[in-house]
Amino acid sequence: MLGRGLLVLYLSILVLLPIAALSSKAFSSGTNAFWHAISSPEAWAAIKLTVIASVIVVLVNAVFGTIIAWVLVRDEFPGKGIVNSIIDLPFALPTIVAGLVLLSLYGKNSPVGINVTFTRAAVVLALLFVTLPFVVRSVQPVMIDLDRSMEEAASSLGASNRTVLRRIVLPTLAPAILSGVALSFARAIGEYGSLVLITGNLPFKTEAGSVYIFGQIQDENLVAAAAVSVLLLLIALFVLGVLNLVQRRWSRHVV
Amino acid sequence: MAIEVREVSKRFGEFQALSEVSITVADGALTALLGPSGSGKSTLLRIIAGLETPDTGMVLIDGEDVTSSPARSRGVGFVFQHYAPFKHMTVHDNVGFGLSVRKRPKEEIRDRVSELLSLVRLEGLAERYPSQLSGGQQQRMALARALAVQPQVLLLDEPFGALDAQVRAELREWLRRLHDEIHVTTIFVTHDQEEAMEVAEQIVVMNDGRIEQSGSPRALYEAPANEFVMSFIGPVNRLGDAFLRPHDIQLLSEEGGGEEALVERVVHLGFEVRVELKLGDGRELWAQVTRETAQQLEVQEGQILTVRLPAPRVFAQAG
Amino acid sequence: MSSSSGGTLTVGAKPSGRLTRRGRARGGEATTLGSSRGGRLALRTVALGYLAVLLGAPLVMIFYRTFEHGLAPVWNAVTAPNALHAMWLSLEIVLIVVPLNTIFGIGAAILLERGRMPGRTLFGLLIDMPFAISPVVVGLALVLVYGRAGWFGDELAAQGINIIFSVPGMVLATALVTLPFVVRETIPVLREMGTDSEQAAETLGARPWQTFWRITLPGIRWGVGYGVVLTTARALGEFGAVSIVSGRIEGQTQTLPLYVQDRFENFDTTGAYTAAVMLAVLALITLLAMNLLARRANKKGGR
Repeated sequence: MLGRGLLVLYLSILVLLPIAALSSKAFSSGTNAFWHAISSPEAWAAIKLTVIASVIVVLVNAVFGTIIAWVLVRDEFPGKGIVNSIIDLPFALPTIVAGLVLLSLYGKNSPVGINVTFTRAAVVLALLFVTLPFVVRSVQPVMIDLDRSMEEAASSLGASNRTVLRRIVLPTLAPAILSGVALSFARAIGEYGSLVLITGNLPFKTEAGSVYIFGQIQDENLVAAAAVSVLLLLIALFVLGVLNLVQRRWSRHVV
Repeated sequence: MAIEVREVSKRFGEFQALSEVSITVADGALTALLGPSGSGKSTLLRIIAGLETPDTGMVLIDGEDVTSSPARSRGVGFVFQHYAPFKHMTVHDNVGFGLSVRKRPKEEIRDRVSELLSLVRLEGLAERYPSQLSGGQQQRMALARALAVQPQVLLLDEPFGALDAQVRAELREWLRRLHDEIHVTTIFVTHDQEEAMEVAEQIVVMNDGRIEQSGSPRALYEAPANEFVMSFIGPVNRLGDAFLRPHDIQLLSEEGGGEEALVERVVHLGFEVRVELKLGDGRELWAQVTRETAQQLEVQEGQILTVRLPAPRVFAQAG
Repeated sequence: MSSSSGGTLTVGAKPSGRLTRRGRARGGEATTLGSSRGGRLALRTVALGYLAVLLGAPLVMIFYRTFEHGLAPVWNAVTAPNALHAMWLSLEIVLIVVPLNTIFGIGAAILLERGRMPGRTLFGLLIDMPFAISPVVVGLALVLVYGRAGWFGDELAAQGINIIFSVPGMVLATALVTLPFVVRETIPVLREMGTDSEQAAETLGARPWQTFWRITLPGIRWGVGYGVVLTTARALGEFGAVSIVSGRIEGQTQTLPLYVQDRFENFDTTGAYTAAVMLAVLALITLLAMNLLARRANKKGGR
């Protein structure tokens, strides 16, 4: 009983109170102020950039994450074990370091002649880096369990490789891909650390939502910061919820 | 120690697992709780152990009301279907666990454990981990672990359910002999009527959260109280409302003294031969005869035989 | 997002040893997808190329950039007073946050998996929240509760307690961001372990705390360990939330990640790269630990 009380207390101090304070601050000056805050041109540009970049990133992840998972499960080559472990590096690497790592190769003095600093490409690149493991790691176990005999049966019935992929493999993997996509999206929407060094944080151009919030906090404009925070949080929760729902319905069909 | 369960009921959400169940188990008896899955037999066992609390009713061990005392103070040994080994401990530490939580001296634990390991024939495996043992060995380890604390009552939940046929047969035999040796009041749960008949002195037949009948294996077989018990314990033929044991059906080659029947199929199962028959009025049944009888009659498909039926058993329709 | 949706929100799936052993492609058979030689090579090239461009090459580059002028400047950067202070502060925060969240994580996992209390779903949802919240938002939310203008600002100021712009706030921020890891890694092992062995211990006379220490905890230790490693890595690297609640006071509330940014913005690239490489090495050690733990868990976890 006492233990349970302490757990709830810890959770309240850490999560419940701050979220309540955030929401109340966002609407502290009324709904109009809330709308005003999120529809200010700079805020709106930042939100739009974040959402569009996140969508691009999850689409790329869905494709490349699945391919990487396939290669790690079905292919065999020297050094595969190392490649497999290094996938998790973006989870382990501090985000500010991730930004600097990218900057060292794709920055001002790039040895390969690619300089993405202060461009929107930098936003996408940084988000791709930090969300890399999600799709790979959610697809991988499903692919291991994927029954190869199903594919063999389909191809023995005369199905072409493309048909097997479209009708057998992808539908089985879809729930896992979606789950990875949902997590990537939630992460991308809120990402901050990897963006600060490489994007230059130019308003209306490379300033992402979280960077905008940071700026508003520095300017002591807490209502605007809270309003955009609540909006980003709602977007993330909405996408997580919807994708979770779709994914559940899907896996029920397949299994 | 004698065990008494008085009018115990238990419900899990919408599911009525037990309805007013009462049983009495004599001191030192070896009793089987027999029934199909979902009949409530495991729930009853877990309530006796203190792993579940009944919604209503009482549990008495040695005349003492233990309904609200925790499992650890009831003096019961419990053996789980999947052995519940402590995977991170050696066999020695598994068996000695009960003594070790009672803070007994190390030497005493060591002596008691080696004594028990020889009782369950696991000498020399004390330093192994459970994952290095076979299923049968793990189950014997679990039994030694339960016996280590000298329980007044030994409870076994489908103890042989996860083992293959041969190991099962061996362990049944062994459990019986063990019980003869240590004489602790023992209740085990099973869904296998053969296992119950072979091992137990007393069988409690359960169905749908109720007790259908209890008694000695022979009494249950010879005088089943109802249709359920009759068909659960041993094979039956059902002709309308009447029930017949297949081995009570006599087959004759000469005419007269019975009904005529067509042999539809003959199945040789070694010593036993199963003859599937169709009577003149279209009713179907099967007879169980010995290999010898089948040879004498030269039973074969398409043959017409005379069938002498015993007085069938008819049960009053309940519900 | 629901707590019962098993693993949907688990971050950092375990790189299991199984992956490499069972994934053997059957050479020569053209029956399964991509098993033709050409297709396989093409996919391998795409996958490895993508990883090299995004992950491998930049990682190699930062090590090169750090050491291109030799070891002396790196040594100077490591031993600079502010760098040392940042290291100690990071370590201090880890040493407070990791035990707190480990205890909370084990307790919460047991409550979520074994308990039947009402509001369990809400409890689980709240624990998962940090996965959906931006670190910047975490920082802001804490400021709004414990900051000068926050809900408890006046009361705390009256007591002379500083939370925001000092270490306690940084601890809170780090704890919040790393809250879900131990819980989410412990729940599946707890579920796999089942309740039989705990009940067996109970019938053998063990008291609840004896059962916990001698049966439950050893049974879930690899899962907890994995969660602890993830928590440590994240706590060491947390940037956004700490950046807001710390006030970034040089030599006082600067953790190692904050120090990286500070050096970079002051055009001290060697200092920035050196600190970053130290964190990267810690991350690589984390990966190694994750691999070892996952392997142990796979071996011991089986029947």
